Amino acid sequence: MDELELGPVWLSLKLASATVVALLVVATPLAWWLAFTRARWRAAVEAVAALPLVLPPTVLGFYLLILLGPSGAIGRWWVELTDSTLTFSFTGLVVASIVYSFPFAVQPLQGAFERIGRAPLEAAATLGASPLEAFFRVASPMALRGYVSAVVLVFAHTLGEFGVVLMVGGSIPGETRVVSIAVYEHVETLQYGQAHVLSAGLLVFSFLVLLAVYVINRRIPLGAGYAVG
Amino acid sequence: MAELVLDVALERGSFALAVRETIDLAGITALFGPSGSGKTTLLRIISGLETAADGDVTFDGERWQASGVHVPPHKRRVGYVFQDGRLFAHLTVAKNLAFGFGRRAERERAAIRFDDVVAALDLAPLLSRRPASLSGGEQQRVAIGRALLAGPRLLLMDEPMSSLDVRRKAEILPYIERLPEAFGLPVLYVTHSVDEVARLASSVVLLSDGQVVGRGLVAEILERIDLWPVTGRLDAGTLVETVVDDARAGMASLVLGRQRLRVPLAGTPVGTKIRLRILARDVAIATEKPRAISIRNVLEAEILSVDFYGPVYVELLLDVDGRHLRSRITREAFDELGLDVGRRVYALIKSVAFEDRGVGDAAGV
Repeated sequence: MDELELGPVWLSLKLASATVVALLVVATPLAWWLAFTRARWRAAVEAVAALPLVLPPTVLGFYLLILLGPSGAIGRWWVELTDSTLTFSFTGLVVASIVYSFPFAVQPLQGAFERIGRAPLEAAATLGASPLEAFFRVASPMALRGYVSAVVLVFAHTLGEFGVVLMVGGSIPGETRVVSIAVYEHVETLQYGQAHVLSAGLLVFSFLVLLAVYVINRRIPLGAGYAVG
Repeated sequence: MAELVLDVALERGSFALAVRETIDLAGITALFGPSGSGKTTLLRIISGLETAADGDVTFDGERWQASGVHVPPHKRRVGYVFQDGRLFAHLTVAKNLAFGFGRRAERERAAIRFDDVVAALDLAPLLSRRPASLSGGEQQRVAIGRALLAGPRLLLMDEPMSSLDVRRKAEILPYIERLPEAFGLPVLYVTHSVDEVARLASSVVLLSDGQVVGRGLVAEILERIDLWPVTGRLDAGTLVETVVDDARAGMASLVLGRQRLRVPLAGTPVGTKIRLRILARDVAIATEKPRAISIRNVLEAEILSVDFYGPVYVELLLDVDGRHLRSRITREAFDELGLDVGRRVYALIKSVAFEDRGVGDAAGV
């Protein structure tokens, strides 16, 4: 057996972490808006935000490839800005992952905010708290379970990403060759030993993460009560 | 005295609210009306939580709402005690109390101090507990304390006792009663309970179907027959402010001019001011002074007015040494006794009628 390769593992963890951080920032305002808006086109926005759940990764990857490519709307702008391409780069993978895992962040957060409702926020306002302060001091702590769920789901989902990565990132060692790609290549080249190690590692890791979430969620006595899944 | 000027309108489906009133806020002002009359909506407009309303809201000369102006709730400095408490479940009682308090400037904190509020509402034993472990009455006390500590200029209370049982209500009433005097702060109190109005409020604004249908001192409003559709006929009566001048063996004497009213009132010291609601259906009439009778209260009275109510009932307004009483008798009895305006009669009231009802310390005693 070849010596254990850790490159894809670190890359996967790095990608998953970056996606989690980016998505919390991006998904929180949208989830908040979806939870509280009375706008008529809310349903349309919700449907768009949920699309990555049902689209085949290849379809998603195909459109991302076109958008992020050097002649695509976003890719061209990125090339002008940084002199490098988004496709087949780590940054491109992060962008793709944000899209791919978007519903896994928005839905738990939206659910948590809806469960909290307007009532505590109104109470905070009458106590002199600005909307921003009410968000950080009341809504966020009460939505803790929603946040835990979102973080874990996005992290795990990004680790398990394959089709989109393959289409947008390819398999460049140290740049886009994440665990799932590495497993695929090992199997293709009949290196089952390596495939076993990486697959089993991903399996055990995923299980432990989910287990941790369920245990933690039971220990958080308050808040929105959002469970994983 | 702070003045609240309202000229607001709101339409929502089949419900329409239109209120144009200037309310002088002193002590506790009740906003009274049946369910669905728009009381809570009006309170929310005043607090700024309701943004769909049109019109003007001015408090103490400060414009809170006008065309193109809507001061957000967190800048109005109104305290709001919600029906359901709305304590922050993730914070202890102490941190709930500190939520608004921590935001106030140092010099403002002197006006309403943390320890004073904790003492006034008996919150000390609760400070380290979580809201979920409190009873309904305790939660409302904390909610009141939290609102006070945010340093409001006006305290809005939205049926703060509606979710409490009779015992919890009795527990929390004295605290609410003392608020205006103890913290020098006007209170606007929403309720659909005549008992709460009679017990707590000095003046009342009557709301029905989104309109103000009456306003004035509580005693005046409660004895008006034309407002019965809103105040309720069954429990109609008068409100008498009086004082205890003798208390022995569980019975107290209350001053009504030269006469005395005997009521069961254990443990109330002489000199205590009392607000007593006397229901029309508890007052009987005799044209001669009855002898050998169990009824403890036989008061000399004069009939001030007579209103026939349907084919069966007659509503009398009586004068007892300058105090008003209402009596509801049957038309049969009215005719048989040959009663009329100006007639001198005896008003009979069983002491037992006051058992556990309508009796309370007047505000600020």
